Order: sequence, then structure tokens, then C-alpha cells
Amino acid sequence: MFLLRTLKGDHGGKVFLLTLLAVMIAVPVLNGLPADNPLYLSTYTVTLLGKYLTYALLAVAVDLVWGYLGILSLGHSAFFALGGYAMGMYLMRQIGERGVYGNPLLPDFMVFLNWQELPWFWHGFDQFWFAALMVFLAPGILAFVFGWLAFRSRVTGVYLSIITQALTYALMLAFFRNEMGFGGNNGLTDFKDILGFSLQSDSTRIGLFLASGIALALGYISCRALVKSRLGRVAVAIRDTEDRTRFIGYKVEHVKLAIFTFSAMLAGVAGALYVPQVGIINPGEFQPLNSIEVVIWVAIGGRATLYGAVLGAIGVNYAKTWFTAAFPEVWLFALGGLFVLVTLLLPRGIAGLWRRRQESAA
Amino acid sequence: MSAVQEFFRRDRVFDFMVPKVVDGLDLSHGTVLYMEDVSVAFDGFKAINNLNFYVNAGELRCLIGPNGAGKTTMMDIITGKTRPDTGTCWFGSRMNLLQMSEPEIAQAGIGRKFQKPTVFEYHSVYENLELAMAGPKGVWRTLRARLSAPERERIDEVLNLIGLSDEAQRIAGALSHGQKQWLEIGMLLMQNPLLLLVDEPAAGMTHQEMDRTVELLTSLAGEHSVVVVEHDMDFVRALNSRVTVLHQGSVLAEGSMDQVQGDPKVVEVYLGE
Repeated sequence: MFLLRTLKGDHGGKVFLLTLLAVMIAVPVLNGLPADNPLYLSTYTVTLLGKYLTYALLAVAVDLVWGYLGILSLGHSAFFALGGYAMGMYLMRQIGERGVYGNPLLPDFMVFLNWQELPWFWHGFDQFWFAALMVFLAPGILAFVFGWLAFRSRVTGVYLSIITQALTYALMLAFFRNEMGFGGNNGLTDFKDILGFSLQSDSTRIGLFLASGIALALGYISCRALVKSRLGRVAVAIRDTEDRTRFIGYKVEHVKLAIFTFSAMLAGVAGALYVPQVGIINPGEFQPLNSIEVVIWVAIGGRATLYGAVLGAIGVNYAKTWFTAAFPEVWLFALGGLFVLVTLLLPRGIAGLWRRRQESAA
Repeated sequence: MSAVQEFFRRDRVFDFMVPKVVDGLDLSHGTVLYMEDVSVAFDGFKAINNLNFYVNAGELRCLIGPNGAGKTTMMDIITGKTRPDTGTCWFGSRMNLLQMSEPEIAQAGIGRKFQKPTVFEYHSVYENLELAMAGPKGVWRTLRARLSAPERERIDEVLNLIGLSDEAQRIAGALSHGQKQWLEIGMLLMQNPLLLLVDEPAAGMTHQEMDRTVELLTSLAGEHSVVVVEHDMDFVRALNSRVTVLHQGSVLAEGSMDQVQGDPKVVEVYLGE
């Protein structure tokens, strides 16, 4: 009931969720075929698809704050990476004695740095529930504190974008340092298993793929529910005329803070699912460029549609995988060119094409 | 010594003990707004200079004055956007507007229509009114909000009043200039304000639209107090209400339109020496 009511009138969303469901059923089946079958899907491809799905969730989170609230966040990959680090710390603790140095308590890089005991912030990460909680809390608290300071001082527009960019850059520099205790520039890697299942096995990879799909679907539905609520309409009102919304009696700062924090948590979940699939998390994930790339996905897909963000994230990343294999040096030019073209010719993105057809038919 | 004596005066209440917001508005004296000895300066320029201004409950009042007379600044002070350097500003006889934030003032019952019509362009007319509706506006309550039957009725009632019933589902950005002005007045009405501040409602309107606006504003007086800032003298005359003339940040004259127009000081200000 809730699902039907939420998706009422959201044709793009229905198509997207049904496609996602079909893919989530088809992928394990195709992966289970014998390897010489032409329809066989390699585990490598499954993991690649799983990675795309986590990117799509990140893009949905960015679209929520950019498309509906008007906050152009150029720092969302910071929240993505923090979620990833929380998961990485759990996976690190799961290695135990199987590390190169065989220390039952300390991860390898700490032994290498001659550390004698576990830093306080690494405690608790041997428990999955604690790590899962941190996946929400670490990005959530950062977004809350950052947002509280920024929105209360009424920083908006380009200035806010620049500060978010600075935020992710500062975190990158901090995480590069060995003393931070997050593995320095090597980051966290060499993971063995998650919840007792080996990360190398096909079934775990399928499981992670399915988990990413479910997270994307739930993330999409909760964002859609938010956007359809009166709070969503207030968000759009803030995007269009912030002062007016304030005069009507809404506490603009609170609305922004709530939605921004929620979006950061979604990004954190995406990061947490991303890390076990790619098998590494390092400070490179905090790169300012990554955050900008997410914004490009959303712009290309079509902002303020949510499903457009999914479309953009998966489409651009598929192109990226293909390009970087075929013509690695051309990729950034292709991405830049695509962005320019879409901005000029399709201001509402790929999703806008479909909407325009719908509107002219109506 | 005199400073110490201040402490022992029995008829005085310490400033910090004056309650910020008292529940409920006290209109027992029949006055909605008191502004007394208000002054505000921007970089030495006195935008408002010792202004005294009162509005009675249910009154329709026009505010005129040449450019730079301080009309907009005055509105800014009432709605909490600008803080005066000196003076007091009370809503009813219990609410101190100078200690309330913009949303608090809006919630307390002062609605403002801006010079430029600002409606939410990407929302339908109906949604615009829904958002403006009086009621709880916290984040969680807004997320869970559903329109109740009396709320729907209220929206329909206002739609009717501002004459936009047929346009309810249209995107506000597609409305004509005059319709946007009415929608904005409608949005103010949704907040059930006691005091409406209306900045240049007739700007850019056709004659028919103006007549319609006069009708609308006059029908609002009585139930609400309405303060209209306007340049168009024909429009002000049509409203047929008390007029206050502002000049260089203070009140120059007050009375009916005919009295004011006959006042030599007013003539001098408008026509020059």
C-alpha cells in the first residue's frame, strides 16, 4: 500500500524499480549457468554491476539535495568514503590472525608502524552491528555538524559548494596521514570475509550485488516518499525562493539540515556496500574530483527526477569502464564533452527527453 | 546615584524580565501594531527617524510617500528582517517584535506580501496555498502532514476569494502577473494573519485587475488589519481608507485621502519647493 501510494504518478520510478527487480533475478540465474554458455555472466561482471548500483545510490543521494533542495554538494563522496571506511574497519578486524604479520588484534599496517595497541576508535568494529551503525552515524554526524554551521550562517549557492569541496579535500589530506590510524595512503585492503562468508566466493559476491540492489531500491523509495511529502514540497520551495519560505514560517535551516543529513547517510550506505565489492578503500575516494563526477552523473541523467540520477550513474560508469579499457587517455575529454553537450542540448538530462515526449503527448 | 535609583522604581520591570512571547495576542486595546520612537540608520543615513505608527484592529491603512521615505524599511522592521537602533515595536500589547525571529513573527500572525510577486513557481496554485497554511511547521510534522477535510475546505475558500478556483492545478509560474499577486495575497490569508502587510499590490496590473484587487483588499479589512504600500494614487483613492504619508523616515501627515492631499506639507514634498 505504502509502496503504491509513494509511486503513484512516478512512471519513471516504476519502470526503474521493475527493471531493477528483473536484473536482480536475472543476474544470479545467468551467473549460475555453465561457463561455456553464451549467456553466462562472469562473477567479475556481477561485481562490476554491484559497484554501479552503489554509485547509483550515491547519485540518488546527491540528486535529493541538489535537485530538490538546491544545495549543490561537491563533497558527497566524503560521506560515501566515510561509510566505506566504517565498513573497511569491520572487514579489517575480521582478518584477525590471517594477516601477513599474524597479529590477532592489530591490522597489518599498525604492526608495520610499530603500534602496540589498538587506537580507541577501532574498538567495537569487530562487531558487525556496531560497524553498520557507524556506516550511518559517521557520515550523518559529519553532515549534521557541517550543515548546522553552514546553514545557520546562511551560506548558500556557490560558496556552499566550495566549502563542501574543501571539506572533502581536507578529509583526504587527513586520511593520507599515517598517524590518523586509517592506513595512510594505502588505506584498508586485503579483506578476507564478511559475516563469516569469504569475499572471494561467487555466492558472497552475488549476495553483495543483491544487497546493493535492495539498498538502491529502498533508498529510491524513501527519497521518493520524502519528495512526495509536504516536506518535499517545502524543500522545492526553499530551492526556488528561500526567503519566501522563511517568511511563511518554515525553519529553512532545520529542513535543509534534516534532508542533508539523510542524504549523507544514504551516501554512507552506498560507500559501505561499495568497499567489500572493490576490496579496498583509500583516501583517493575523498578526491574532490570524485564528488564532481557524481554531480555530472546526475546532470546527465536529469536532475530532480531521482530515476534520472540512477540512469546517469549507471550509463556514465558503463561508458567509463568501456572507455578506460579502449581509449584510456580520451575518457576525461569524453566526460567533459558529454557534460557540455547535455547542458547545452538537454538541460533536463536524459530523463528530460522522456518527460518531454510525455508532455507533448498529453 | 540616579542609576541606582532606577533599580528601586516600583513601576519598572527589568528589560530581561519582560517576557519574550506571551501566549495569545492581546488586542483588548483595539490596536494591532505599535511602533514608537523607532529609528534605524544605514551607514549614517537615517532610513527611519523617530517614527510613531499605530494600526487599529480591522483597519485598512494606506502608506504612501516618495522613494526613499522608508516604507520598505518599516516593513522590514515589522517582519523582523531589520532591527531598529532605537525604539519599540509591539504586536498587540504583549508581543515584543524586536525579540522575535522572522519565522516566529510570521507564525504569530503578521503576513507580508513583497513588492515583486514571489510565489513558488514550480508548485501548483493549490500547493502554494497548502504550503502557506497556518499550522505546525516543524520538520517531522511536515514530513507526516496530510491534508484534513477542514484544511481542504479552507484552501477552496481562499481559492474562491482570490478568484483562482479554475487555476488550482496550474503551475504558479504560468500565471499572469496579476494572478500571481492575488495568489500571494491568498498565501498570506492561509496563515490566518491578523496583520497583512501588502507592498505595491497594483504594480504592473491592468485596470480590470486593479479593480478586482481593490475589491479583494477592502473585503479583507474588518477581519484582518491591512497595511497597503502603494505609489498609484488612483488605486489609493479607490481603496478609500486612512492614509499615512511617510517622508524621510517619519510620519508627515495622516488622515483621509482628501485631507492628506490638501495638506501643504504633503504638497511640498511631492511637488518640491
